[in-house]
Amino acid sequence: MKRSIGGNVKFSLFYIVLIVFTLLFAFPFYYVFVLASWSRIYSNPPHLWFGSDIPVNLNSLLSQLPFHVNFFNSLSIAVLATAGTVFFCTMGGYAFAKFEFKGKKGLLLFIISTMAIPAFLNIIPFFKMMVAFGWYKTWLPLIVPGLANAFGIFLMTQFLENSIPSDLLSAARIDGLNEFQILIKVVFPLAKPGIAILGTVTFIGSWNNFLGALIMLPDPKKSTIPVALSSLFVRSDGNFGGLMLGTALALLPLLIAFIFFSKKIIANLTAGSIKA
Amino acid sequence: MIRTLFKKNTLTPYIFISPFFVLFFIFGLYPIGYSIYISFFKWTISGPQGFVGLTNYKNLLTRDPFFFKALGNTTWLLIFGSLLQHLIAIPLAIMLNNENKNFRGRGFFKTAFFLPYITSTVSVTLIFAQLFDLNYGWLNYVWVNLFQQERVNWLSNPDTIKTALAIMLNWRFVGWNTIIYLAGLQAIPGTLYEAADIDGANAFRKHLSITVPQLLPIIFFAVTMSIIGGMQVFDEPYVLLGGYEQMGGNGNSGLTSAFYLMFTGFKASRFGKGSAIAWLLFFIIMILTLLNKAINRMMDK
Repeated sequence: MKRSIGGNVKFSLFYIVLIVFTLLFAFPFYYVFVLASWSRIYSNPPHLWFGSDIPVNLNSLLSQLPFHVNFFNSLSIAVLATAGTVFFCTMGGYAFAKFEFKGKKGLLLFIISTMAIPAFLNIIPFFKMMVAFGWYKTWLPLIVPGLANAFGIFLMTQFLENSIPSDLLSAARIDGLNEFQILIKVVFPLAKPGIAILGTVTFIGSWNNFLGALIMLPDPKKSTIPVALSSLFVRSDGNFGGLMLGTALALLPLLIAFIFFSKKIIANLTAGSIKA
Repeated sequence: MIRTLFKKNTLTPYIFISPFFVLFFIFGLYPIGYSIYISFFKWTISGPQGFVGLTNYKNLLTRDPFFFKALGNTTWLLIFGSLLQHLIAIPLAIMLNNENKNFRGRGFFKTAFFLPYITSTVSVTLIFAQLFDLNYGWLNYVWVNLFQQERVNWLSNPDTIKTALAIMLNWRFVGWNTIIYLAGLQAIPGTLYEAADIDGANAFRKHLSITVPQLLPIIFFAVTMSIIGGMQVFDEPYVLLGGYEQMGGNGNSGLTSAFYLMFTGFKASRFGKGSAIAWLLFFIIMILTLLNKAINRMMDK
């Protein structure tokens, strides 16, 4: 009896601690939506509930930034990067998961080890190359280099190992399908759950990318949302209602995508790191 | 039959994995090699100005006050923004992993803990900038009214600039580390604890003698990720403290190493020196990772 009371106290304490941390993690998300609804974001005590100034803030945002252009750029880059990445990484992952070939282990290990290279190491020559290619101030540097990336190939390799029956591949070959047809008609449909995870992760990464866009698309008027919003903040006169609405709008697609897929994403991201 | 089918396929896997290698050589390996080359030159916006050998490295290590300032700031942030939080994340993971039958909402907590990690650094920074506001921010409101303290000028005082950055880093990564440790905990066989239960060990001892040693490989992984990430902090000080012009705010207190690298390369257009900074940072990350490995091994004994 005594033991179970002690257990319950401990148990309640766990709950309290976890709830406090949850509130700490969740509050900034809530707060940005609150601020997005006030044109005068400053008050004492600070706002805790919603106002009614979203239209005012939308006007203010659009008068300071071509936010629709930024939104379109962010969305287009993220969609193109996601579609391409999903294709090439599924293709590569399929090769590692379902073929036997010389040097397979070593090549996969090499690919995984490239993930440890810090991104800043090549950034200056990369910039110069993009200028030389004529890719500077285009979307291409933000899409092309990551199309067949190590993380995606590793993720899809792990996923496809268990989700494609080898018998099915043999049957397709006997039916006379060539390898590319098999990839499109057999592998892709079976890979859908894995593609959903990789797609979400890729979309989020592209949508959030600040450094790359800052270097390659430096003009806020023609850049992505993070660059546009940060430039508005840096030069702003303190009229932040529009900025907060923009921040909230930037978060919205992400929150929706994540809440939809969160369970699978968390499981797969952590499983990958445990194995590595 | 099977043999011929197999033979026909021998080129296919190589073709399927070739995009990675093509892209990696063009956009990864080549520029990395090229950056070594550039780092041996005085190289400005108008091109190479002559081979200078190791001068860029020597100047950075001997007479560049900003480089050391940035390294000091980065080290401070690495400790208080990235490393100490593992001491919070592991207990949190143990709480989330508790086996009480009445425990509900693990999935909910996991989602809530993970959310900050997937949020863009720019959004996070813009929101926190409002929380840090001197007159109207929640942080000062709580600090003054609940704790009866003086208002803190978070983003102007050189000391508190770093604290503000560390708060943001902790907010973003504590949950992520917790989820990683939780996954590690779930892989520990329960039988290990049963023996300790029979011995009558208390919870703290059990975790110290069983959980931590079992978790060591995960600790190595998570700490390594923290080191690599912590050495590359750029977005937060850039956005929070007014971009390149302010160079990390008052007293350059928010000037991180990655910030200085970006400033040198893209604001000052000194490509040779910038590349040398990149390589020095790379070596520092390697040394820290090896140190992590050594400490991890020592704890294993």
